[in-house]
Amino acid sequence: MAELNIQELERRFQEKIDNDIRIEPNDWMPERYRQTLIRQISQHAHSEIVGMLPEGNWITRAPNLRRKAVLLAKVQDEAGHGLYLYSATETLGADREETIDDLHSGKAKYSSIFNYPTLSWADMGAVGWLVDGAAIMNQVPLCRCSYGPYARAMVRVCKEESFHQRQGFEIMMKLAAGSEEQKAMAQDALNRFWWPALMMFGPPDADSKHTAQSMAWKIKRNTNDELRQQMVDITVPQAEMIGLTIPDPDLKWNEEKGGYDFGEIDWDEFWNVVKGNGPCNKERVEARRKAKENGEWVREAANAYAAKQKMKKAS
Amino acid sequence: MNTLFEYLVRLGDDSLILGHRLSEWCGHGPILEEDIAMTNIALDLVGQATSILKYAGEVEGKGRSEDDIAFLRYEREYKNALLVEQPNDDFGVTMMRQFLFDAFRKPLFEQLTQSSDEQLAAIAEKSLKETKYHLKHSAEWVIRLGDGTDESHDRVQSALNDLWRYTDELFFTDEVDADLEAKGIIFSSEELKASWSEMVKNVLNQATLTIPDNGWQHDGGRRGLHSEHLGYILAELQYMQRAYPGMEW
Amino acid sequence: MANNEWPLWEVFIRSKQGLSHKHVGSLRAADAEMAVENARDVYTRRSEGISIWVVESNNVHASHPTEADSLFEPAHSKVYRHPTFYDVPDGIEHM
Ligand SMILES: [Fe+2]
Ligand SMILES: [Fe+2]
Ligand SMILES: [Fe+2]
Repeated sequence: MAELNIQELERRFQEKIDNDIRIEPNDWMPERYRQTLIRQISQHAHSEIVGMLPEGNWITRAPNLRRKAVLLAKVQDEAGHGLYLYSATETLGADREETIDDLHSGKAKYSSIFNYPTLSWADMGAVGWLVDGAAIMNQVPLCRCSYGPYARAMVRVCKEESFHQRQGFEIMMKLAAGSEEQKAMAQDALNRFWWPALMMFGPPDADSKHTAQSMAWKIKRNTNDELRQQMVDITVPQAEMIGLTIPDPDLKWNEEKGGYDFGEIDWDEFWNVVKGNGPCNKERVEARRKAKENGEWVREAANAYAAKQKMKKAS
Repeated sequence: MNTLFEYLVRLGDDSLILGHRLSEWCGHGPILEEDIAMTNIALDLVGQATSILKYAGEVEGKGRSEDDIAFLRYEREYKNALLVEQPNDDFGVTMMRQFLFDAFRKPLFEQLTQSSDEQLAAIAEKSLKETKYHLKHSAEWVIRLGDGTDESHDRVQSALNDLWRYTDELFFTDEVDADLEAKGIIFSSEELKASWSEMVKNVLNQATLTIPDNGWQHDGGRRGLHSEHLGYILAELQYMQRAYPGMEW
Repeated sequence: MANNEWPLWEVFIRSKQGLSHKHVGSLRAADAEMAVENARDVYTRRSEGISIWVVESNNVHASHPTEADSLFEPAHSKVYRHPTFYDVPDGIEHM
């Protein structure tokens, strides 16, 4: 077969994408597409895994057995999500453990929301409701992403996510309908998580350097601001319904645009947390690094045992 | 004394406290796949604790729910075996603790499926399926670690040496057991110990581990005399219920 | 081995009796036994399966996408392999 020149390959590639034909692992793809995907999917995977920590923080203190089981199952799901996503990066030729090492060295990023501490039981409600809520909003469009393994992982993830948000909202609902202390606890959690949750969609479109190319490649299907607006519009009535107040004095329904106007996000805080200065950045990465380090001898032993068994079988 | 209630609390507390210990691993496992596996076992144990303590509340007949029993007793009223409250330490200790416990619970639930108490038999039936898997998982790990590298062998051998002193207590019996055995609700603890010993010997042998001399054996858990570890477990477990008494979550 | 990384396995799940095993994803495991157990915990937490296959990923041999034309296109023209290619007069049943 005649060697196709790179322009022709790229043209055919983009044509496939434009026709909504999925790209599969061994298909030709531009190197930048591969690299962008590896970065995006592994960041997403890291977020799932680091995201286990703030909620894992309350498993042993959950207030009753039902909540304990639900929270355990929820955090476990996040480990699963991380795993599906790391698997997707491996189809692109990225090695899982190397990808993880990048997280531990600080080279790779993860969602900055997980650098905030969970200080009360109500935070389990706020995280499920807002953080998983925002994640779902981000992820549903990715089920149609151009890269097959990523899209399929997202389908699986989204199916599992739906209970995460509900259990969080249920916690909030119960607290909001509870005693004065419980109500205050819920409101305080909403106050602390509202703005960081809106930051989860990333910087404003005007400052987002990857958006245009990623949209053309269909590895991103909506802009940051579109999704953020959607989140606000959906969440505000939910908060009202259970009697909690969104901590934004500028929040106002805008009849003309059919959505809410909302206050200025503190992007300095966002960039500060991204740079590593959030309340828990150090602890989160440290916890993951330790887990890997403490598991080293275990993984080594399992390999050694497997090798011995193979030898035995062969002889 | 309501012997069935007492027995159910012992049974349920084993699941509750070991489930608590295992859930401490969530997010910190040696590899992602094993993190998920340990959480599954923890979930099974929390589920067992829920159904057993719920039944205990019914048997007691004082209107206590499974949550009242799980979260609102004092230290001396918890009746789990000392083994399950021992700290996780490293993965070797956790898996050895799990194996020694699973090897006891599998034959126990096998027996209890024959219980004259239908509710207990039903709980045992469901728990047995879960426990068979737990045992397979923990036994395989003990073998892998024992027969893995020098380091893993030493670690898991020292885990075995440290935990061995808590194993006899699993077969502890007193007037509670005697009464229930007479009623056909539970069965011989000697038979239990025999199946346990056989399983343990077999697996430790494959793992190239040495069974420690049967030195001093601790007990007390079944009578509510615990190690210092339990108090800290309860401080976390009960935090919300104690800080916000009488509220719903 | 760098990082003591475990081999990669592909996981196939039969979701119910009567259906074939379907690829669902991959995972890491040191041996086959562990791979089956990990697959159970990772991919069947919501009763998605009743049977599991695992295959070490480096044992999967795939056709190459650049050969897709020559492998699969020749079949497109062989329409006579499909029943719709044939005329069946009205009134003929059970065919
Ligand atoms: Fe997730
Ligand atoms: Fe996610
Ligand atoms: Fe989630």
